[in-house]
Amino acid sequence: MTVTSLKLLSEREDRYVEGHRLCAGCAEPIIARQILMATDKPVVVSNATGCFEVSSSIYPYTSWNVPWIHSAFENAAPTIGGVEAAYNALKRKGKITEDIRFLSFGGDGATYDIGFQAISGAIERGSHFLYVCLNNEAYMNTGIQRSGATMRGAQTTTCPAGTCVPGKKEFPKDLTRIIIAHDLPYAAQASPHNYKDMIEKAAKGFEANGPAFINVVAPCPRGWRFDSAKTIEISKLAVETCIWPLYEFENGTWRLTGESKRIAGGDRKKLPVSDWLKSQGRFGHLTKEKWSYVAEEIQANVDKKWEELLKLCKQ
Amino acid sequence: MVNEKASELTEGAMITEPGSSRKYKTGDWRSKRPECDEDKCTNCLICWIYCPDNSVIVEKGKRVGFKLTHCKGCGICANQCPAKAITMKEEVA
Amino acid sequence: MQNVAMNGDQAIALAWKQIDPDVVAAYPITPQTIIVEAFSEFVADGLVNTEYVCAESEHSAMSLCIGASAAGARVATATASAGLAFMWETLYIASSMRLPIVMAVANRALSGPINIHCDHSDAMGARDSGWIQLFGENVQEAYDDSLMAFRIAEHMDIRLPIMTCLDGFIVTHSLERLETLPDDVVKKFVGEFKWKRSLLDIKNPTTMGPFDWTDYYFEHKYQQAEAMKRVPAVVKSVSEEFARLSGRKYDLIEPYKLDDADYALVAMGSTAGTLKEVVDGLRAEGKKVGSLKLRLFRPFPAEELAKTLEGLKGVAVLDRALSIGAAGPIFPELRSALFEAPKRPRITNYIYGLGGRDIKPEELRTVYDQLMHNQGETVNYLGVRA
Repeated sequence: MTVTSLKLLSEREDRYVEGHRLCAGCAEPIIARQILMATDKPVVVSNATGCFEVSSSIYPYTSWNVPWIHSAFENAAPTIGGVEAAYNALKRKGKITEDIRFLSFGGDGATYDIGFQAISGAIERGSHFLYVCLNNEAYMNTGIQRSGATMRGAQTTTCPAGTCVPGKKEFPKDLTRIIIAHDLPYAAQASPHNYKDMIEKAAKGFEANGPAFINVVAPCPRGWRFDSAKTIEISKLAVETCIWPLYEFENGTWRLTGESKRIAGGDRKKLPVSDWLKSQGRFGHLTKEKWSYVAEEIQANVDKKWEELLKLCKQ
Repeated sequence: MVNEKASELTEGAMITEPGSSRKYKTGDWRSKRPECDEDKCTNCLICWIYCPDNSVIVEKGKRVGFKLTHCKGCGICANQCPAKAITMKEEVA
Repeated sequence: MQNVAMNGDQAIALAWKQIDPDVVAAYPITPQTIIVEAFSEFVADGLVNTEYVCAESEHSAMSLCIGASAAGARVATATASAGLAFMWETLYIASSMRLPIVMAVANRALSGPINIHCDHSDAMGARDSGWIQLFGENVQEAYDDSLMAFRIAEHMDIRLPIMTCLDGFIVTHSLERLETLPDDVVKKFVGEFKWKRSLLDIKNPTTMGPFDWTDYYFEHKYQQAEAMKRVPAVVKSVSEEFARLSGRKYDLIEPYKLDDADYALVAMGSTAGTLKEVVDGLRAEGKKVGSLKLRLFRPFPAEELAKTLEGLKGVAVLDRALSIGAAGPIFPELRSALFEAPKRPRITNYIYGLGGRDIKPEELRTVYDQLMHNQGETVNYLGVRA
């Protein structure tokens, strides 16, 4: 049984500690702490270059209380794959006896874009690890530039809203479904506001019989332009508007979870995308009359993808 | 102050003291600090799970304080507290 | 001791088989493919205990090697040309993390145009990366270097990654006679892998690959430079130990008939072998010439080169790579090594063999002729239709 009782979890030693240099209100450390709470087993972590990596490992300070390695931007997956290969080799030779779990963190830049090939290869090879994508929908660490995960119409520094162009032209890649197309044992989408859902999913990911992937919405107060106190509120809104549905793919079965399950079942209201757009400064320009069609396009796209997901989950 | 010689540093830039970032006090980043009305607090620990900076001190299942050496004053705890027990106050100079 | 006929790639695969590294992670690229294919057969027949990973790219292959080495495993890999270029950033990372990864590089030209044949541009492109670089002349050296490489890289005073280079096709694919060492001798020579800190040592959690501000980066690089300074002594001592086992003695540089020579050509790789033939021919004509094989390129054995070449009248450096806009890579470093010699030779550069362009003994003779007649430019091109 996965422990999700906050009382019990609070008695455990912190695997990720304070003193990191992430922005006030950053979702990433919230997510990492929840993921790290999902297993009792020792964990070795690899981390792609990005906000989370840099801020937690400024020499000589480290926020990591578990073994951790960063090598480059696009290779968190093969880096931990190498650790795992060593583990397999040394375990066979009797030089290691512990039962260890392998975890990778990467941002949407590292996962959707520059590291896409590497994570696909690692999954195809059946590498036994859990990869958690911290999706804040842009290359935040280098200054909020657009990524393959950036929402249509969002402003970033490389797709700003000007007089002629209203932010990003393209809809984001559905990376979770692309990963699922690898037919791996476990994949899911999660959000830090629903810690019970996140921890249960991470526990499944850690115990999956092969590669596992969890894509987590990571609201960024700085890049998305909202008050740092609202991070959890906004991550919940992502789920309630169906912009970021909570679901899992477990050994071939698709299943909605958390608020998304209740929305599909009619027990909870599906909020309009306009609520989402209103909550963040990066969509502020879409209130202009001439860009209102963009907001409509986003709603239509979210609805289409929600319907597709409902079919896949046999709802 | 940084003055270690090259020969005094760890090999391969490894950091061999886990959790050493605790020594780096991010508390002086904040402009607001959280204050908790103990009468309203139900020890649900929601503030603890959502704090990005491990700055809610929990002992034996009870929220006993805030780690002001590291709290960045983001306000998530106040925003999420179901009992509305936490308020953000302007940090004193 | 066994006498077999093998090509360079097969010899390396055999060396790996005898060593049985914990992890091999690689991506195939001509002309290294035979190494990974031959090793795959050993894996398929259960002849090794190696955890063998077929990476989906060279960047991932080196990333896998970095992860495995950081986790306390003995790691080997191989690549060439574009593969080495693709993993370029990770080479710097591996050396900065002081990971004793052993990599065979089947020297092949860099694109473009795309060319699968031998030149040294790939390894030369990585000469600043902090890797130890050894260049072998033939199949025997490819085998011997692969054995010694682990001892050099893993030495507790060193802990740097090493690339053992062999000429693409010329050595990788040519059948030559090879003297192998028995399995138990190899195992004893290479020994057990000892890690310094490991990611799998969960009782001592280590953070590897941190971020440096301007206040620490320079010191971390300086540490690498200091470690490199200790390499020549280790190469010598490992070579001496190897000589006792095999009867084959190696050194950082290998002079050939240089004791009373006036003129010498310097080369790396298979051309150093061709040079010995040319020297013998000229010596038979009474010409006082010799040659020098450079085996260790990184760290650059400036002192040894200066001691050996000073006092000669002329030296030509053969470079099988070109830094376009400057000269060959060996030339400026060698010239600089001799700059303060009391009696320094005239030193010139000959760029040759790019993209596998064959180099013939007659062509090398012309270089000696030019030296002996004080001819030739500072930087010359040998064998190109210009």
